[in-house]
Amino acid sequence: MRPDTRRRGRLAVALWLAFLLLCAGVISRTSFTTDLSAFMPRTPTPEQQLLMDQLRDGLASRLILVGIEGADAPRRARLSRHIAQRLRTDAAFVTVNNGEPVNTERDRAFLFNNRYLLSPAVTPARFSAEGLHAALSESIDLLASPAGLLVKSMLPRDPTGEMVQLLEQLNSGTQPKLVEGAWASRDGARALLLMQTRAAGSDTDAQQSAMTAIRQAFEAAPEAHADARLVMSGPGVFSVTSRETIKSQVSRLSLISIGLIAALLLLVYRSFTALALGFLPVISGALAGVAAVSLGFGSVHGITLGFGTALIGEAVDYSIYLFVQSEQGEADPQHWIKRFWPTIRLGVLTSIAGFAALLLSGFPGLAQLGLYAIAGLVVAATVTRFVLPQLLPGNFRIHDVTAVGRVMASLVQRAAALRWPAALLLLLACAVLINHRTSLLNDKIASLSPVSQADVALDTSLRADMGAPDVRYLVVVSGTSQEDVLRSAERVSTLLQSQVDQGELAGFQSPSRYLPSAATQRARQASLPLAAPLASNLAQAVQGLPLRAQLLTPFLADVEAARSRPLLQAKDLAQTSMAMAIDALLMAQNKRWTALLPLTAPEGVSINADKIRTALTRTGLNNVLFVDMKTESDHLYGGYLHEATLLSLGGLVAIVGLLLLVFRSPMRVLRIIAPLAAAVITVTAGLALLGQQLIILHLVGLLLVVAVGSNYALFFDRPDARTPIAPRTLASMLFANLTTVAGFGLLAFSKVSLLQAMGVTVAPGVILALIYAAIFARKPHA
Amino acid sequence: MMHPVRLFKLASLALGLLLATASPAVLAAWDIQQLMDSLAQNRSSQASFVEKKNIAILEKPVESSGELFYTAPDHLEKRTLKPKPESMVIDGGELLIERGRQKHHLQLQAYPELAAFIDSIRGTLAGDRKALERNYQLSLEGTAERWTLQLLPRDDKMLAVVQRIRITGARDQVRSIEITQADGDSSLMSIEKLVTP
Repeated sequence: MRPDTRRRGRLAVALWLAFLLLCAGVISRTSFTTDLSAFMPRTPTPEQQLLMDQLRDGLASRLILVGIEGADAPRRARLSRHIAQRLRTDAAFVTVNNGEPVNTERDRAFLFNNRYLLSPAVTPARFSAEGLHAALSESIDLLASPAGLLVKSMLPRDPTGEMVQLLEQLNSGTQPKLVEGAWASRDGARALLLMQTRAAGSDTDAQQSAMTAIRQAFEAAPEAHADARLVMSGPGVFSVTSRETIKSQVSRLSLISIGLIAALLLLVYRSFTALALGFLPVISGALAGVAAVSLGFGSVHGITLGFGTALIGEAVDYSIYLFVQSEQGEADPQHWIKRFWPTIRLGVLTSIAGFAALLLSGFPGLAQLGLYAIAGLVVAATVTRFVLPQLLPGNFRIHDVTAVGRVMASLVQRAAALRWPAALLLLLACAVLINHRTSLLNDKIASLSPVSQADVALDTSLRADMGAPDVRYLVVVSGTSQEDVLRSAERVSTLLQSQVDQGELAGFQSPSRYLPSAATQRARQASLPLAAPLASNLAQAVQGLPLRAQLLTPFLADVEAARSRPLLQAKDLAQTSMAMAIDALLMAQNKRWTALLPLTAPEGVSINADKIRTALTRTGLNNVLFVDMKTESDHLYGGYLHEATLLSLGGLVAIVGLLLLVFRSPMRVLRIIAPLAAAVITVTAGLALLGQQLIILHLVGLLLVVAVGSNYALFFDRPDARTPIAPRTLASMLFANLTTVAGFGLLAFSKVSLLQAMGVTVAPGVILALIYAAIFARKPHA
Repeated sequence: MMHPVRLFKLASLALGLLLATASPAVLAAWDIQQLMDSLAQNRSSQASFVEKKNIAILEKPVESSGELFYTAPDHLEKRTLKPKPESMVIDGGELLIERGRQKHHLQLQAYPELAAFIDSIRGTLAGDRKALERNYQLSLEGTAERWTLQLLPRDDKMLAVVQRIRITGARDQVRSIEITQADGDSSLMSIEKLVTP
């Protein structure tokens, strides 16, 4: 070796070490996420922004549904009460509800004391002689009814029944039934609790500690019993469990995959030195990938790491090519560099071309995969080319694999015979694809969720038991101040109420119900007559009614007090259950106020979105938005899927363009591309036959098949068909293929659907790519 | 001077004795259990009612009328037709009150006083002695032909609302339910069995 080569070599090693340190530094400060935020757009529309905010920290995102199963009903109820009692003192929870009348007294006091500011029935007409007469008659009727027992004591102070009005509004939602004083499911087999955490649903650490607190409260309860089980669900719980699942899956899969690949390589190399050296490019590539994503996106998604695990199988290929293809007994790898590096470099470039398309994705999750793959592969290849040769000891040798290569060579010789069957298979695959073309893609966002079917089923059943708010339809009102949005919310409420009366809606919520705008409160105050006129109106009103006006003196006093009562502020609701509603339905962000009005569909019917939208335009307000969260999110994902399809095709075009640029021969490019396209078509058809609908990660997998397979196709491609491929080269391809299959094949067994999708695509895809490449290679004797 | 009720008691006792000598079957201790057993025979019934309520804050009693439906063991409907149509349906632990367009769903467990109240009527119709004795102290007077069952709340909280419930009847038919509330207000519901077609 010449001195300057050696000097350059040392420099390469030094640079490499510095680079690794740098990567390690970046990674140590990286945060890892597992939520769906990576699948949210970078430039959202207002509807999408709302969807994202709601998913991140909306009311629904902060709910934890808890069930207690097993043991017997009294024990479950006691457990429920104990858990609730303990957690009500825990600052991590805003509310803990299990049907016990905890806030009832305070709520009632708040409503009763502020009834003249809160009741929508308060108008000037109601306090005229006629209005009072009508209201009093109504109250007398109520008194005679079965509910009379409940309202009798309020009559002297509230003869117009404002409290009844308010309670009616609040009690619109259905609640679980009570068994032994605590909420229980309809069949009674499960005690239920509903908790709202202070932390946002996207704050996975906080959600995890909230879950721990619930579990501890359950275990510490004196009634804790071996038969009783605790179950939890909710968006926060989902993020915690998915993070756990992804974490454990990724770490387990990487360990197994490294083990498998190491065993395979050891079998081939019969040298620990070779094995250790072979992993250097892989480790460098993985570190570079994580660091690049961290720098580019601020955080790394768990799925990206899972993908990285699988990419080990491909990154290790470069060192396999170096070790296996180097001439036996010749220590100088310069020869390999001269002979094989250009081919591998082109393989890397085609991979980059394919993955670069993903970088353009409006979907940070997908762009992350693209960046990881590019950074990882470039670094792995570069380290193999420039660093690894410097580190090979002088007497470096691996087990002679020529024998394997010979077998391969004879197989390849005969592979051409399979051309016709292969063409037939391909034709069949095309037919399958055409047949399944409408159902090929899964456009439901749920398909991306790492949550298991069992967890989804539990969530559905807990929600059904609870009648928990399934926030799907929302009217969103925005404005520049709290007063502004509350006023708009009031106008929208009036309109929604008419929809409720028409039966289009079962109900709705509005922050203005608990906190009317100052204007409305003032108007209600102004509706209340002065003491003297009110007394005379009342005297007229009771005529003909079996009621003596003297009994109603407390009413006169209350109205007089209400006239000068300070207007309600948000803080006045503190310590009542209405505070939680205001907190969830009214928010300020960057000087912009937003009010949310969740709608409830009539039982068994879905909301007619067009009808509501049309009705809303009649308010003349232009800052009102009707959002169907489910359609919106499916829409969003559908858009991405479409985009990912286009990007994958774009990647393919980039690869073809690159090859055309290099070879300047369409025929040659066609020969290289043909086996790859054949592999992609066959795998997709296979997935369709097995009933797997494609999600985004399948498409990424297909891109990977092309990227990995291009290496094989390039090795099989020779300008002169008469020179047969060296057996050693064939052997290296076989080993590279096996490691890739080992890496990705494991993902196919993952419980995380995203990783599973990639696994079932890539593993069979690369095998097929290798076989097709062999079958369609030019015949040596041609 | 003897209290009229005790006088009545004495009279009915005398009458009972008289009847007992005439028919030995009735002599065999006409007791709460027997009443309950005969009431429990009714699997379903339909009746009309007239209810008069005396409420202190109202100057005259309010009267309402309508129909009652009962299906064993725990379904009870009270459909008021006059003066305003409204209905109260009790099914298991749930209470549904409908007035005009308004609907109220209540969980009886959340309103223990109301629950005890409803159970007094439902328990009597069902002949469910256990349910009745959970909340009330029972005493029976009269004969199988004309009995009066008195229910006194056991619970102080309940006593603050209801002072006493008196149910009269003949054989397995309930004839009237009189409820005296703690504040002196009272209601008397007279029940007439409708012949089911």
